[in-house]
Amino acid sequence: MSLEFVLAIYVFLLTVFLGIELINRVPATLHTPLMSATNAIHGIVLIGAMLVAGAADNTLLHALGLIGVILGAGNAVGGFAVTDRMLEMFKKKPVEGQ
Amino acid sequence: MEDFRESVIHIAYIISAALFIIGLKRLSAPASARQGNQLAIGAMTLAFVATLIDPEISTFWTIIIGTLIGGGIGYYLARKVQMTAMPQLVALFNGMGGGTAAVIAVGEFMKFTRDGEVTAGEGLSVAFGVTVGCIALTGSLIAGGKLHEILPSGAIRSPIQMPAAILLVLAVGATWVYLLAMGGQETTVWIMFAVALVLGIALVIPIGGGDMPVVVSLLNSMTGLAAAAAGFVLDNQILIIAGALVGASGMLLTVLMSQAMNRPLSNVFFGAFGAAGAGPAAADGEAKPIRQTNADDAAVMLGYAQNVIIVPGYGLAVAQAQHAIRELADELDKRNINVRYAIHPVAGRMPGHMNVLLAEANVPYDQLFEMEQINGEFQRTDVVLVVGANDVVNPAARTDQTSPIYGMPILNADAAQTIIVMKRSMKPGFAGIENDLFHLDKTRMLFGDAKAALADVIAAVKNV
Repeated sequence: MSLEFVLAIYVFLLTVFLGIELINRVPATLHTPLMSATNAIHGIVLIGAMLVAGAADNTLLHALGLIGVILGAGNAVGGFAVTDRMLEMFKKKPVEGQ
Repeated sequence: MEDFRESVIHIAYIISAALFIIGLKRLSAPASARQGNQLAIGAMTLAFVATLIDPEISTFWTIIIGTLIGGGIGYYLARKVQMTAMPQLVALFNGMGGGTAAVIAVGEFMKFTRDGEVTAGEGLSVAFGVTVGCIALTGSLIAGGKLHEILPSGAIRSPIQMPAAILLVLAVGATWVYLLAMGGQETTVWIMFAVALVLGIALVIPIGGGDMPVVVSLLNSMTGLAAAAAGFVLDNQILIIAGALVGASGMLLTVLMSQAMNRPLSNVFFGAFGAAGAGPAAADGEAKPIRQTNADDAAVMLGYAQNVIIVPGYGLAVAQAQHAIRELADELDKRNINVRYAIHPVAGRMPGHMNVLLAEANVPYDQLFEMEQINGEFQRTDVVLVVGANDVVNPAARTDQTSPIYGMPILNADAAQTIIVMKRSMKPGFAGIENDLFHLDKTRMLFGDAKAALADVIAAVKNV
């Protein structure tokens, strides 16, 4: 195994512990928005799909890259948009009549 | 120049990683949640722009067209879909992410084999990315289909499921061994891809609709791990960090959710493979008695009460009656009646779903109470109005050890003086279980569409 690969495993491991700590005390009210937000965050795969699509040099790789970018962009944009729509409703509303 | 561009990309990715972490932290508190989401959007945008200057990218048309199509579809669905259909939309987006991770792994594997030997680390990352990504893709689509009720929402069970699932797992395992031990070829990865797609279907099909929120959450976590695997394949740190964050937090969220529903994860997945005859059959032969009421009587009961608790359920949301229930609460409030809402942790289809739906209808925060806060109040309550809720007020969860929901924490609606249940019909709930609450002496059933029935009750309350 290369040193780069081992270092990447360390990064992965530390981030796993961090991820657990970050949302350890989340109230049940936020479970749905949080699931939706984390769903959007893994839309980061879009970046990976861009690298596959951008470096493609034959038809099959172009096709795979294009499919990846479409799916990844849908995950990222749609995920963040629906989360924002959900959280928008949680903001304090001005009291009517004021 | 390439060194300079790569440095810029690395710095952008580091900032992006920090923004994702801070964003996730903000997302876990109600007051800062929206800001947290916006920070995460910033992180994603930064990583996207930085990747565009990557020297490895030579073709741009697929990226531009793909982003416009995918982003356009995602944005359109996110804005147009009704809030009640939101769980299946999240499932759909999740499936898309899983598919992306699998496609990346396949694409990169083709380049690896062309460039010579595939290292153990690369092989492992590809196998993990393809397998988990594909399971997340088809699993999410099946889960979404069940939530949307395109597919039958019940648990679909047959005796061949267990052997079929084992066979599929063995088949995937064989492709792993072939890939890792013998280097494998493109064909191996494509077979792995195909078998994992079928495995995703086989794993989710037998699980009942009531458990779908937990399944979607688990698949969400899996897609995070698949994204991290894609990061290993591409040697891309931001993918590893963002993917691991989602994988870990998604897993914790899944555990929290299954605790709220009192459904241990092992039950959700393997319970489905157990004996099909579990739980008391809803068909007792003879129908138990119920007491029906009408809008006028319900209005009198509500209008002369001092304390009213409303228990909203998914039926309320399906009928789009959030606004009607708030109107009724306002009307009762005018008569100085103390109105509160009791929100079960899994009311709706997912934990917190009901809060989102009621917030949409401008129901004030301070009237919403979580189960632990309000459960002691039911015995001092004159009228409980149950609208479109079923399993979350089923006393069998406390008393009947043979019931599939035994042990699930429920709202003690049965402790109140009078219970009015608004329901479309006597059909059992999403979990398909008989509810004894409906047969109590002090329970009155008000049948009909929640929105129409509430409108009648509101009109009647005004005349009381």
